[in-house]
Amino acid sequence: MQTVIEGKAYVLGDNIDTDQIIPAEYLTYNPAIPAEYKMFGKFALCGVPPDQGGLPKGHVPFHGPDDEFIAPYTIIIGGKNFGCGSSREHAPIALASAGIVAVVAEFYARIFYRNSVNGGYLVPLETETRLCETICTGDQLRIDLTTHELHNLTTGDKWSLRPLGEVAPIIEAGGVFNYAEKVGMLKKA
Amino acid sequence: MSAMTMSEKILAKHAGREAVNPGENVWVDVDVLMTHDVCGPGTIGVFKKHFGQNAKVWDREKVVIIPDHYIFTHDVMANRNVDVLRQFVKEQDLPYFYDVGTEKYKGVCHIALPEEGHTRPGEILFGTDSHTCTAGAFGEFATGIGNTDAGFVMGTGKLWLKVPPTMRFVFHGNLPPYLMAKDLILAVIGDIGVDGATYRAMEFDGDGVFALNIEERMTLCNMAIEAGGKNGIIPVDDVTRKYVNDRGQRSGNKPYTEYRSDADAQFIFEKVYDVTKLEPVVAKPHSPDNKAFVSEIQGTKLDRAYIGSCTGGKLTDFRAAAKVLQGHTVKIDTFIVPATTEVAKGLDTETVGGKSLRDIFLAAGAQIGDASCAACLGGPSDTFGRLNAPISCISTTNRNFPGRMGHKQAQVFLASPLTVAASAITGVIEDPRNFVA
Repeated sequence: MQTVIEGKAYVLGDNIDTDQIIPAEYLTYNPAIPAEYKMFGKFALCGVPPDQGGLPKGHVPFHGPDDEFIAPYTIIIGGKNFGCGSSREHAPIALASAGIVAVVAEFYARIFYRNSVNGGYLVPLETETRLCETICTGDQLRIDLTTHELHNLTTGDKWSLRPLGEVAPIIEAGGVFNYAEKVGMLKKA
Repeated sequence: MSAMTMSEKILAKHAGREAVNPGENVWVDVDVLMTHDVCGPGTIGVFKKHFGQNAKVWDREKVVIIPDHYIFTHDVMANRNVDVLRQFVKEQDLPYFYDVGTEKYKGVCHIALPEEGHTRPGEILFGTDSHTCTAGAFGEFATGIGNTDAGFVMGTGKLWLKVPPTMRFVFHGNLPPYLMAKDLILAVIGDIGVDGATYRAMEFDGDGVFALNIEERMTLCNMAIEAGGKNGIIPVDDVTRKYVNDRGQRSGNKPYTEYRSDADAQFIFEKVYDVTKLEPVVAKPHSPDNKAFVSEIQGTKLDRAYIGSCTGGKLTDFRAAAKVLQGHTVKIDTFIVPATTEVAKGLDTETVGGKSLRDIFLAAGAQIGDASCAACLGGPSDTFGRLNAPISCISTTNRNFPGRMGHKQAQVFLASPLTVAASAITGVIEDPRNFVA
C-alpha cells in the first residue's frame, strides 16, 4: 500500500450518492472486462449536478477538456454520507478508474465503504473536521497514512485523519481476497 | 449470556458463536446469494479471476440469479449482460435462474425472491443490490453487497461483517385507510435522516407492524437502506409463516429458525409512532429524507406519475392505486410497472368494484409496462417511464437523489401509491384523503 498519496483535490458536498458517482445508464459496462473498466473513469461523477461539482465555486467539470478517461485529480474531498444509495461496486471502480486514489469524507455509507476496502480500489478516509467547505478544488494535497495527516500544500493547513482501524489490514493487503489469502482463509488461486 | 437483538442472534448463529456484540467483526456462513444482470457479470468476473475459470460456486442450491434491471431495452450491452448470466448458469448448472423470455421470468429480484420461496426466517441473505434489505420482512438478516464481496461469497460461502447495533421503531395502532407502509417509512427516514441508521440494523416492531400484510412489511424493510441502515428486520408471526410455508415448496421446503429479540436486548435508539395520528408523507427532491406532509405541499404541479418498483409495484400497491383511480381519468402521464410477472397476472385477476385492476388503470388512461425495475433507476434511454427531460414526477419508488430516474435535473417526489394515484388524477400533489375515506 502507498503510504503517501499526493495530488489535486476535487471537492464535493454531502450525500454524494452512487447515481451521481456513476449514473445507472452506464452500468451496462462490465467492470471485469479491462476495455470496459476504463469507461467507468470516463463517466465518473457525470451525474453530479454542475453547480455542485468542484466546490466551493461549483461548475468545475471533473474531467479536463483534453482528458477522456483519467481526470486531473487524485483525492476527492466529500462531506457526510459519501457513497450512499445503491450497492453498485461500479461507484468506487469509477473513481479509481478515473485516477482517484483516496477519498476523504466525514463518514461513508456502509456499502460504498465496504466496496472500496474489499475491492481494494481506493482508500476511504475520515476526518473529524468538515473539509468540503475549507479545501478548494484544485488544491494540492498530501495524505500520510503512517501519521494519519492530511496536508494542504496550497494553503499550508494540516488536519488529522481518523486511523483506518480494523480495515487497515485489508487495505494494506489490497482487498479482501488478498487479505483472506494472507490470513490463510483462502488458498491462492 | 447477554441479551441480544434478533439481528445479533442470527449473526451469532451463522458465525458459530454463542453471542456477538455490536461493533465486532465476524465471519458468517451465507444461506442465499442473489445477483442480477447489472452486478452479476462483474461478480462472475471477480469469482473467476480469484477462484479460476473452471471453479464451481460453493453451493449451487444457494445461488439465485434474477435478471431484472435492464430487460425490455434495445441496449446491446444490457442484453449482453443477460447472456453472461445465461452462460454462467449453464456452466454451473444452477437450479434457480429466472431467465428473460422464458416462463420462469419474474422481474424485480426483491419481490421474486420471496415469491419463489428464497426468503426464510433466521437466514442470512446477501444480494448485489442495496434493496436486498427488503427480505428482512421475513425475519432474516438481508443486506446488499458489492461485486467483490459477492464473488468472495460465490467461492467460499462466507463473508466478514461488522455486527450492527440495532435501532428499534415501534408502531402502534391500525393504519387509517389513507395511509400505507410507505408513509410510515418516509416518516421514519425524514425523522432520522438518510444517514440516521448508517452501520445500524433497523428493527420494526409493535402491533402496527403486525397489522400490516407481508407486502407492506416488505415496503418498510425495503427502505431501511434509504436511512443508511445495514438491514431492516421484522419479527416472525403467523402472517410470515403462512407466506413462507406456502412459497417454500417452490425452492425445496427448506427448514428455518425463528429468532426474536430478547426482552432485555440493548437497542441503541428507540422511537415509538402512533400510526393513527400520522398524515400522508412525501419525500421532496432530491433526497428520501426531505420530508413534507402532503397537506404542506398540496397543489405542487407535476408532469408525471409512476407506480412501480420493489417498494411500490406489488399487488397491495396496485390495489390501493386502483381504489383511488377507479372511475377517474389521469391528468398527467401515468406509468404502471408491476414488480413481477406474478404481480402482472394479479392485475387481471384482482378486482376493485367488479373491475380488474388492469381495466381500471387503462380506463383511467394510464400506461402499463412489463415487469422489471424499469425507470426506478433510470436505466438505458429507451426504458419505460424513464425521465428523459427535466420534468417533475411523483413516484412510489424508493430513491430520489439527483438523476435517479434519468435526467439529473428532473424533480422526483416519493409517496405512497394512494398519494401518487390521487396526484395523477389532479396533476398536482394531492391528498389521498380527498379520494379515500
